[in-house]
Amino acid sequence: MRVISYSKAINETLHQMMERDDRVFLIGQGVTSPWYVGATTSDLLQRFGTQRVIDTPVSECAITGASVGAALAGMRPILVHPRMDFIYYAMDQIANHAANWHYMFGGQLSVPMTIWGIINRGGEQAAQHSQALQAIFGHLPGLKVVMPSTPYDAKGLLVSSIEDDNPVVYIDDRWLYEIMGDVPEELYTVPIGKGALRRRGRDVTVVATSYMAQEAIKAAGILEEDDISAEVIDLRSIKPIDEDLIFDSVRKTRRLVVADGGWKTYGVAAEISAKIGESGLFNRLKAPITRVCLPDVPAPASLALEQIYYKNAMDIVDGVKMTIGGDYV
Amino acid sequence: MSAEAPIPDAALLGMHQNMVRIRKFEEKVADLVTSGEIITPCHLYIGQEAVATGVCASLRVDDYVFSTHRSHGHYLSKGGDGKRLMAELYCRANGCSRGKGGSMHITSPDIGLPGSSAIVAGTIPIAVGSALSFSIQKRDSVSVSFFGDGAVDEGVFYESLNFSALKRLPVIFICENNLYSTHMPISDCISDTQIYKKAEPFNMPGLRVDGNDAIEVFRAARWAVERARAGEGPALIECMTYRWRGHVGPNYDIDKGLRSEDELKYWMSRCPIKFLEETLIERGVLSLSDKRQVYEKIEEEVEDAVAFAKGGPFPEERDLSKDVFKM
Repeated sequence: MRVISYSKAINETLHQMMERDDRVFLIGQGVTSPWYVGATTSDLLQRFGTQRVIDTPVSECAITGASVGAALAGMRPILVHPRMDFIYYAMDQIANHAANWHYMFGGQLSVPMTIWGIINRGGEQAAQHSQALQAIFGHLPGLKVVMPSTPYDAKGLLVSSIEDDNPVVYIDDRWLYEIMGDVPEELYTVPIGKGALRRRGRDVTVVATSYMAQEAIKAAGILEEDDISAEVIDLRSIKPIDEDLIFDSVRKTRRLVVADGGWKTYGVAAEISAKIGESGLFNRLKAPITRVCLPDVPAPASLALEQIYYKNAMDIVDGVKMTIGGDYV
Repeated sequence: MSAEAPIPDAALLGMHQNMVRIRKFEEKVADLVTSGEIITPCHLYIGQEAVATGVCASLRVDDYVFSTHRSHGHYLSKGGDGKRLMAELYCRANGCSRGKGGSMHITSPDIGLPGSSAIVAGTIPIAVGSALSFSIQKRDSVSVSFFGDGAVDEGVFYESLNFSALKRLPVIFICENNLYSTHMPISDCISDTQIYKKAEPFNMPGLRVDGNDAIEVFRAARWAVERARAGEGPALIECMTYRWRGHVGPNYDIDKGLRSEDELKYWMSRCPIKFLEETLIERGVLSLSDKRQVYEKIEEEVEDAVAFAKGGPFPEERDLSKDVFKM
């Protein structure tokens, strides 16, 4: 199979989907600017023109609403928010309109749009250019939320998001853009709602999202040296969530660590922990659940603080060791 | 066609009938809210009938209309089925939104009403987006956004004017200026209350019309629709009108001190239906016996709608979690 980067996989998918389906178009702030979206939109403007590659004024709310309206009139918009932080301006259109439309009108109309939010943290960008908002969208009925962590899934989940008849929030992380991986040239789908078992293990289940799934695989390698066998699940879909995959793994390992790049409180890791807590597996756990997430703190600017703020493989290693030999008070 | 082009008699009679339909429908709803039969919050359109009527009379079935919390008049004017609207107000499963939307969320996709939103200004950018679709698809349909004067307080209104003018999209912004944003007079909300002038900085034509004159509204809308269809871009039309009842519900709100009785009486004397009837009778287009027949027919229609609604089933428990997603 062919090896390409994560951002190339996105770019190729956009080319192929726009070529295959006239209803698909790309709209948002900076869609023609590598400064905003890296290499993900290369050559789209030249190939498809300004009617289908629409770089927009800085009007997040109106452009998101326009995407909803375009979807209602038969198009399949891919709406880009090049820094997830900017999406707050568009929350009304996403939460009140896109998410509710199908239910509110008794299932007669749907809003098939892909809301592509890019996490662009690090580089001392501070609190308004760094946020990972998957938990907020996961909370809202009517939205699906995906977070691919590999080039293969970046392509397959983007195809699924575009083909889905509902609004799908597709979240990627610029820290993944240079990761290389096997990607078929032809179009294929990765089902929304299915996680992936990345590594088999015996002693502990690590459920991780997006970039943290990559870190979890590294952590599992490190733990192996200490003879700890970690099973790694890449969640891929925040909503709907692949409960069966998580439950089957925890049934076997009886320990759970959840690693997510969002904030800890009321977050994705909290939801997964609660699902286990509400299930029959609660009594079978050998140790309390550990969450590896951001502290409840806005993103700092200083590199010295960023290095503590963002979690990595070593934090997952520590989390796993806590569930195995930790001293819980 | 110029704004002055003649309007066929049949179109005028159709507008008259539509206005009477809205009035009688809404008066019935007011009674049903008062008696407690209807619970969903209803924002009545009484007094504003000429706006939806005149605008929708200039549209085709494949043109889209996006509505607001004050949605009943738009729905009926675009050709929606009154029975299914009444059933939605009873929140029954045979309602136009299957009992999931209530008064503020009504739809009739077949006749070009893809929905209405209770978030002020919420559907303005959505109408722009449908117009964007029409432009990409090279269809000559247009999209209409109805909103009140309160929506002009929202930032997304200006973003939408800018983007639609920038891309010359076939969208018509219809501001129904009924002088009140819920309880607040517009002069307490907007620094310059000449809303039509807000089009100018976006290089868009803006005009103000008498929103109680269905013919004037129709002429303005026809002009805007034709230029939008021809690719000449959006327009803003401010229709000056007045809602007789309060912001929500059947009362007149005089006792609450929100507005004066004199003001209400003045606007009731400028009743849009009476105005059109006088014009049509004077021109010999409508006779008194025709008029009586229209009222009788429509009163019957409204009773049929109530019977249809009351006979409809309630949504069932299994419907609660149905349709969160399209499968």
